[in-house]
Amino acid sequence: MKILVCITNVPDTTSKISFSDDKKKFNDAGVQFIIGPYDEYALSKAVDIKEKNNATIVVLNVGGPETEPTIRKALAIGADEAIRVNAAPTDAWFVAKQIAAVAKDGGYDLILMGRESIDFNGGVVHGMVAELLGLPSVSPVMKMDLEGTKATMAKEIEGGKEWLEVSLPFVAGCQEPIAEWKIPNMRGIMSARTKPLNVVEPVAVEANVSYDQFSLPAPKGAVKLVDASDPAKLLDLLKNEAKVL
Amino acid sequence: MSILIFAEGVDKSIKKSSLEAVSAGFALAQKLSTEAIAIAIGEYDAAALQELGKAGANKVLHVNVAGYPSAIAYASIIAGAAKEAGASVVLLSKSALGDGIVSRLSVQLNAASATGVLAVPEVSGDTLKVRKSIYTGKAFAELSLTGAVKVISLAKNAVPVKEDGAAATVESKTYPLSDLAGKLVHQKEEKASGDILLTEADIVVSGGRGLKGPENWGMIEELAKILGAATGCSKPVSDLDWRPHHEHVGQTGVKVSPNLYIAVGISGAIQHLAGVSASKVIVVINKDPEAPFFKAADYGIVGDAFEVVPKLIEAAKKL
Ligand SMILES: Cc1cc2nc3c(=O)[nH]c(=O)nc-3n(C[C@H](O)[C@H](O)[C@H](O)COP(=O)(O)OP(=O)(O)OC[C@H]3O[C@@H](n4cnc5c(N)ncnc54)[C@H](O)[C@@H]3O)c2cc1C
Ligand SMILES: Cc1cc2nc3c(=O)[nH]c(=O)nc-3n(C[C@H](O)[C@H](O)[C@H](O)COP(=O)(O)OP(=O)(O)OC[C@H]3O[C@@H](n4cnc5c(N)ncnc54)[C@H](O)[C@@H]3O)c2cc1C
Repeated sequence: MKILVCITNVPDTTSKISFSDDKKKFNDAGVQFIIGPYDEYALSKAVDIKEKNNATIVVLNVGGPETEPTIRKALAIGADEAIRVNAAPTDAWFVAKQIAAVAKDGGYDLILMGRESIDFNGGVVHGMVAELLGLPSVSPVMKMDLEGTKATMAKEIEGGKEWLEVSLPFVAGCQEPIAEWKIPNMRGIMSARTKPLNVVEPVAVEANVSYDQFSLPAPKGAVKLVDASDPAKLLDLLKNEAKVL
Repeated sequence: MSILIFAEGVDKSIKKSSLEAVSAGFALAQKLSTEAIAIAIGEYDAAALQELGKAGANKVLHVNVAGYPSAIAYASIIAGAAKEAGASVVLLSKSALGDGIVSRLSVQLNAASATGVLAVPEVSGDTLKVRKSIYTGKAFAELSLTGAVKVISLAKNAVPVKEDGAAATVESKTYPLSDLAGKLVHQKEEKASGDILLTEADIVVSGGRGLKGPENWGMIEELAKILGAATGCSKPVSDLDWRPHHEHVGQTGVKVSPNLYIAVGISGAIQHLAGVSASKVIVVINKDPEAPFFKAADYGIVGDAFEVVPKLIEAAKKL
């Protein structure tokens, strides 16, 4: 079986976010980049499947050459080969078209992604790719059991979860606790250096979304402290000052 | 031309977040001098459909289909309605279901899309300008959407619900379902019934590891009940199985944007803040005055939760 795992290259969750003075560019100085946390769940699930079912894992990133350390990390975790579509991922539509172009003739039984990127928080690339390929898709998936060509999945819904059954191939957006994150071992790290990382050029896409500018939230004022002995005072402030009760 | 708004339901009523989307659709329709049409799919009480008129819909399309409500099925129905109505904008509320609908619709309608938009879009010729939060609440982006059709989902609690709209006519409709919809077989569902949905709540009371164990959640639930709030928790709390996963708030969990978020015994790690920073007012109760959450809070009490919360409950009963 062949699994495609799509990963983003995103700032570490603890990063301080800032932009260039003209507010047009993300300032990446001093920022540590990681595999998107949800994408890492997708990759970890693929590794679990590989251990049980003898699969080949291909990881895919749409990004510039600067994403290669992140891609190598995915290879160290357990992917067998990698594809980088050599283009800045300008928006979800563009990215989805690139992924669909790669997946179309790739013979993948399963396409795993994260439920959402942590930079742009779109939550849409999996659905777009599935629609472009004419496949079913499910997100956010918390549990997946494969039995032959059938998958049973638990999907989070508002206020609970539901169980679905679907046949391969399909696209899934993953989240915890679908699999435990894997820590790459020495052998993985060594072999990652020599595993194939193929760079392909993007297909042409007409953009219909553009980013005009970025901004940061206004700094928060100081917290107003209420004495622990007088919680009624807190309710009074919430009711009469903040007007939220 | 028209604006089509998809209204999502829960227990035969329309969700508050969908009424917000309808109100945003009304405001946008005004700007574009066109009409706002709401589409509701599934079984509803007649009174529930009238809520859509009050919120600003000029017309309501009711598609009463049974079966598993997947994003795939819904997207094909909404695409059918959008084509019939010549919709230039499809609006809905941001949710996991909403994301699935936006993604499929944007392909089917060849539309520009954006999810989690924070206000009624601004019109500039054929372009719509929208603002959304990025980097999980740490920044904002302003985007321009171009092309003949746009599909946009709105962040929850971003636009107030209009309550003085006229009565809307309700039309029963059917649209073709995608063949793909049948490929997902729904087996069962596990859902807390009667509780206020975390993502829909105006007030959220959340507990962290500082509460020591699941047996101490009684006071969190009681406070939530009195305030009409939903309950949430930090990630370690759901990892430890003290609370169900769908209550876990933050970077890797649910993102909430209520009017009031009350955090009890939560330290305020950056990944937790990522899920709550869109709240209008944040209250922190923590025994450690140095807890980072106080820096992100509007109001705070430095104290032991086991003493403060029971007193707060007593005071809240008198509200
Ligand atoms: C102005 C701007 C500049 C940007 N520049 C860069 C950049 O230089 N490098 C960069 O890496 N990102 C960059 N991004 C982020 C990038 O545009 C988004 O990650 C991408 O558009 C997907 O958006 P999304 O949030 O809708 O994805 P979602 O729909 O939330 O993603 C869902 C899943 O799709 C898959 N996926 C998403 N994006 C990719 C991708 N690029 N490759 C492979 N799989 C993917 C992942 O599995 C992800 O979990 C930039 C964003 C902006 C706004
Ligand atoms: C990639 C990644 C993603 C993550 N995603 C999330 C996420 O989505 N959501 C999330 O919450 N976390 C997330 N985390 C974890 C996060 O970093 C913190 O570890 C977590 O939020 C801490 O939870 P806590 O505040 O409940 O516990 P703690 O950090 O242990 O804090 C407990 C707090 O309770 C206080 N306290 C103790 N006793 C009392 C008392 N009697 N009365 C009052 N206060 C008391 C303490 O002073 C302390 O501040 C993520 C981490 C990573 C690395």
